[in-house]
Amino acid sequence: MTESGGAPAMGRRLHRRRAGDAVSTFFYRRRRLYLWLLLAPPLLWFGVVFAGALFALVWQSTYTFNDFAMQVTPDLTLANYRALFAEANLDIVIRTVVMAASVTIASALIGFPIAYYMARYTRGAARGLFYVGVMLPMWASYIVKAYAWTMILSKGGIIYWVVDRIGLRGALDGLLTLPYVGGSSLSTSNLGRFLVFTYAWLPFMILPMNAAIERVPANLLQASADLGARPWQTFRTVLLPLAFPGVVAGSIFTFSLTLGDYIIPQLVGPPGLYIGTMVNLQQGSVGNLPMAAAFTAVPILIISIYLGIARRLGAFDAL
Amino acid sequence: MSIAVELREVSRHFGEVRAVNRVSLAIEDGEFFSMLGPSGSGKTTCLRLIGGFDLPTDGRIFLHGEDASDRPPYERDVNTVFQDYALFPHLSVIDNVAYGLRMKGIGRQARRREAEAALKQVALGGLGDRHPGQLSGGQRQRVALARALVNRPRVLLLDEPLGALDLKLREQMQIELKGLQRRLGITFVYVTHDQGEALSMSDRVAVFNHGRVEQVDRPRELYVRPRTTFVAGFVGTANVLIGEVARRITGAERPVSIRPERITFGPPGAGQLGVAGKVVDVQFHGPTSRFEIDVDGVHLAVTMANRDADTDVGRPKPGDAIELSWPPEAMVELRDSEEGDRAEQGKLATPATIDERS
Repeated sequence: MTESGGAPAMGRRLHRRRAGDAVSTFFYRRRRLYLWLLLAPPLLWFGVVFAGALFALVWQSTYTFNDFAMQVTPDLTLANYRALFAEANLDIVIRTVVMAASVTIASALIGFPIAYYMARYTRGAARGLFYVGVMLPMWASYIVKAYAWTMILSKGGIIYWVVDRIGLRGALDGLLTLPYVGGSSLSTSNLGRFLVFTYAWLPFMILPMNAAIERVPANLLQASADLGARPWQTFRTVLLPLAFPGVVAGSIFTFSLTLGDYIIPQLVGPPGLYIGTMVNLQQGSVGNLPMAAAFTAVPILIISIYLGIARRLGAFDAL
Repeated sequence: MSIAVELREVSRHFGEVRAVNRVSLAIEDGEFFSMLGPSGSGKTTCLRLIGGFDLPTDGRIFLHGEDASDRPPYERDVNTVFQDYALFPHLSVIDNVAYGLRMKGIGRQARRREAEAALKQVALGGLGDRHPGQLSGGQRQRVALARALVNRPRVLLLDEPLGALDLKLREQMQIELKGLQRRLGITFVYVTHDQGEALSMSDRVAVFNHGRVEQVDRPRELYVRPRTTFVAGFVGTANVLIGEVARRITGAERPVSIRPERITFGPPGAGQLGVAGKVVDVQFHGPTSRFEIDVDGVHLAVTMANRDADTDVGRPKPGDAIELSWPPEAMVELRDSEEGDRAEQGKLATPATIDERS
């Protein structure tokens, strides 16, 4: 392209106005309006669907349920919240929270090395493979997987078959006689339920942890080693504090997903209600929507307390 | 003098790339030693090998006589000031500085006291409670320095520590760093691509090019007697004449270097050499002016001090025909930097480098 031929052509192209120009110029001078137009739909969605629904839920939890008429009346009462502290209901809450905590801790312990390896040692195709590997289980229907696990964990299932082959049947049966953990078989034990929960929620722990670890600059780890820190010390004093927001984010997923789940407790593990199955029961077969609503307030409260503690511990200082 | 750091035939290959190629160096105890070179020349990789962040493909590294080639960083008695400081964002300044002492298991009181002292040493007393994010670039630089020095390392590694600072601050920090090094008597191994910085601060400089060390010398030697075409072009400005050009202008068979300030205007005196040319360009640089002279299609750079000249009146102007002369000792014979390095060198050397063959 020659100088004389190119320059005017370029000039014409720059000055030709297109149809959209007026609109974009209009908004360029009115940034605030532009911002509000962008934000309005999501804010409306949040306001109506999330906050509104939450408010309706809490509001309904104070309605009265008439046991005889099996009817809900809009008479405000705190009876439902009082009922939460009845021994049977408190058991449900404790059972669910203990399981949620165990699943969260196990997911964090299993997930951290995987997230660390993905973030620090994989590049390009290998990293893509890891992402697919972590997320692939989430592509299949979750109910199908839960059913599959009942087969895997049952007495005729593959785990028993493998355990038999390697001669560890005695150890497994011994394990299943333990209180709280055990049951008549893996598929009807709390251990089995714990395995399925951990399987189901692990990706939700790995992905935020991976993102957090990726954000920790490698030279901070080198600086730590340079200053005399052994690998374990570097992990404890640099990597973990800096990646902790990711661990907290992941644990909120695993914790709240377990607190609200009503499928896995029905399919795997011993009888006994969970918060999720209780809500399902109350709003479905019983029709006591206010009680169901009161039960759903429990996870909200627990997560709030958990976030408060995490914040107090400085989990978000590095954000 | 004992040897603080010794590299024996050290190589580091990344696949096909020889980032460091059979480098041997002996750095003396208490020395301010610079590793100078363009980016990709292997100087930073070399520093990382000394620090233990990377391990050599081949060769051995000795720290104070002990073979440290396979030791991890936390088992080496060296500390590093990283290029972008690498301060811990979740720790306060004082905790950053005290980090090394904490890892050694020193009590809270004692390490706080020492960290305060280290901060005072770098003129940051009283800023201990801030977080790194609240500091300016220059202050962060000082924190990184204090964090390394508080461990009283015998060798301090500095990876382009002033690279991110603006010019004035950089000059000030150069003076402070040099003073600190002299006061503490610690060996400094200093990586930089800034030849001015290397010349002004160092006891000795190693010039890196393509993973190899081209020359190790005192700054004045390096400037006055460069040994290779690359060193002549990279350290300061030089008229590097190669091949046919060298033969025609200077009569020399090998490549030669002539510093622009050694050339004077006017016909050659007794025993001097000279050529005739035409002024192409004049650039004003403050203390000096730089003249580009065309000599039969070859450009030579000539600098003149502006000490006694308030105006350009009477000075050569573009278009003027002019004679150049220089004493024979101004010419330094050079060894050709390796053949494979030619293309790269053409780009990195100063504009006054001439190479008719490429």
